[in-house]
Amino acid sequence: MIPLTSASTDRPDVDSADTASTLVLDKVTKRFPTGTVALTDVSLSLGPGDFVTVVGPSGCGKSTLLRLASGLEKLTSGRIDVSAASTSYVFQDATLLEWRSAARNVELVGELRGESKAERKRRAQEALDLVGLSGFESQHPRQLSGGMRMRVSLARALVAEPELALFDEPFGALDEITRLVMQTELQKLFRLKRFAGLFITHSVSEAVYLSTKVLVMSGRPGRIVGEIPVPWGYPRSPDLRHTAEFAALTGRVSHTLGEHS
Amino acid sequence: MTTPPMAPADTALLSEPGEAQVPAGEEDRRPWWRTALSRTVPIVGALAGIAVVWYAVSYLVLPPNQRFLLPPPHEVYGEMFGNARLMGPMTAALGRTFGVTVFGLVIAVVVGIAYAVVMSQWRYAERVLYPYAVILQTIPILALVPLIGIWLGYGFPARVVVCVIIAVFPMIANTLFGLQSATAAAHDLLTLNKATRWQRLWKLQFPAAVPSIFTGLRNAAGLAVIGAIVGDYFFQQGAVGIGGLLRVYTERLQLDALLIAVSLTALFGVLVFTVFAVLDRAIVGRWYGHVGR
Ligand SMILES: Nc1ncnc2c1ncn2[C@@H]1O[C@H](COP(=O)(O)OP(=O)(O)O)[C@@H](O)[C@H]1O
Ligand SMILES: [Mg+2]
Repeated sequence: MIPLTSASTDRPDVDSADTASTLVLDKVTKRFPTGTVALTDVSLSLGPGDFVTVVGPSGCGKSTLLRLASGLEKLTSGRIDVSAASTSYVFQDATLLEWRSAARNVELVGELRGESKAERKRRAQEALDLVGLSGFESQHPRQLSGGMRMRVSLARALVAEPELALFDEPFGALDEITRLVMQTELQKLFRLKRFAGLFITHSVSEAVYLSTKVLVMSGRPGRIVGEIPVPWGYPRSPDLRHTAEFAALTGRVSHTLGEHS
Repeated sequence: MTTPPMAPADTALLSEPGEAQVPAGEEDRRPWWRTALSRTVPIVGALAGIAVVWYAVSYLVLPPNQRFLLPPPHEVYGEMFGNARLMGPMTAALGRTFGVTVFGLVIAVVVGIAYAVVMSQWRYAERVLYPYAVILQTIPILALVPLIGIWLGYGFPARVVVCVIIAVFPMIANTLFGLQSATAAAHDLLTLNKATRWQRLWKLQFPAAVPSIFTGLRNAAGLAVIGAIVGDYFFQQGAVGIGGLLRVYTERLQLDALLIAVSLTALFGVLVFTVFAVLDRAIVGRWYGHVGR
């Protein structure tokens, strides 16, 4: 385990209990220097094969949660343990480098790691094939649609061979149709790669469709107020969204959200 | 337009959703000479406008006994093509001014980019260094000219220094703006991938700055021309530049020669600006993958 930042990293009792987990948050609180308390007392744990989605109202600290988990932000109190050898982070907008082709954007990860040119080219091509971008390798971001840009972003996340993948509302800016397609494809990728996934969204149906477990957060200061397990295995058919069981689960999530807003 | 290739069903996990590609703009696919032409035509138009006003002033405003103050264009430019004794020294002087411009511009570009890179790397460096750039920009060059002359003499080095002082600010300001233009998310991406400071500069900040650097270059080039002419207007030791001739013709009240010299400097400035504008468009367009592949 790699303790990131912590008020009490060396508590052997907790560590030994979490050996199977890729990411553990234990009573995490985050207060910004401005005085804003973004998160209070958040605990969660996920391992390989877990795909946890977090829904909550805007401004409740969802992005802060991911930034803490990735180490971009330091926590105020509590404990965060990450045991993943490699972590990927998918941003809300695709965050591509405009002057690089799709392939070169994916290769960036290998470049920063000092991989050989042949190696990173091969791996970038593999990742692009996986997200359905074969033939678009040499296109620049401005020549691609929003959905295709997000595919490049997913390829860049996959090429790192992540054990932990963090997603901050990656499909939030896409149109509804593209968004549904991307959801279907992300769960196929998850089935194939079996990383531990933590996915932020404000769409209840997206949260239920993708995950093994939905966490519901309250408004500021953000706190986890509900935990709803999702029973279905993968792959999931797009038609799952039209079943009564699906409606029942989204209903439960919406109800929990409504109770705490 | 590229047609979206079909991904073989067994190798691609994700199906092609049939999203429309944004086509690259048509105007970006024109050959370079069309671009150059479309930029030249308005300039020719502007020159024609100047000629009309000029004739009007020569013949309609000035009485014949004062027409020597502004001889009509055909008399002035007839002299230009007919009088080798006048034009020989003038083209030689223009060549020397061109030398100062190029030399000064190269120094301004190198110094300007380096200065901006240093400012972009340390938060305090910007606060400490930026005021100097602003001061250099705001002091009227005429206030510095006597000092430069006293310290550096009245020859080539002093002319180049004036040129650099005038041209360096847009290089600094535009490069810095570009280096700081990468989004916070892009910086996070590099942080998460444990990029070194050097990798961040070369793989993110500098490439993000390329379009701004070209904007700076275009502006600096125009100012370098002015700087070189101002420089040799005041510093006349050694071989004279076109700015030096402007002064000589003014003192001798040689109005036709003066008008030719002014026209040549204007032409020179427009030419330098156009070269960099075309270069800017071509390279920055390619930078984002709009032109060619
Ligand atoms: N760097 C920061 N400094 C101060 N306050 C911040 C910072 N980042 C986020 N916040 C505040 O923390 C709260 C949670 O923000 P965020 O995690 O972005 O919410 P969400 O992603 O759920 O919309 C907001 O009130 C926001 O204004
Ligand atoms: Mg957010």
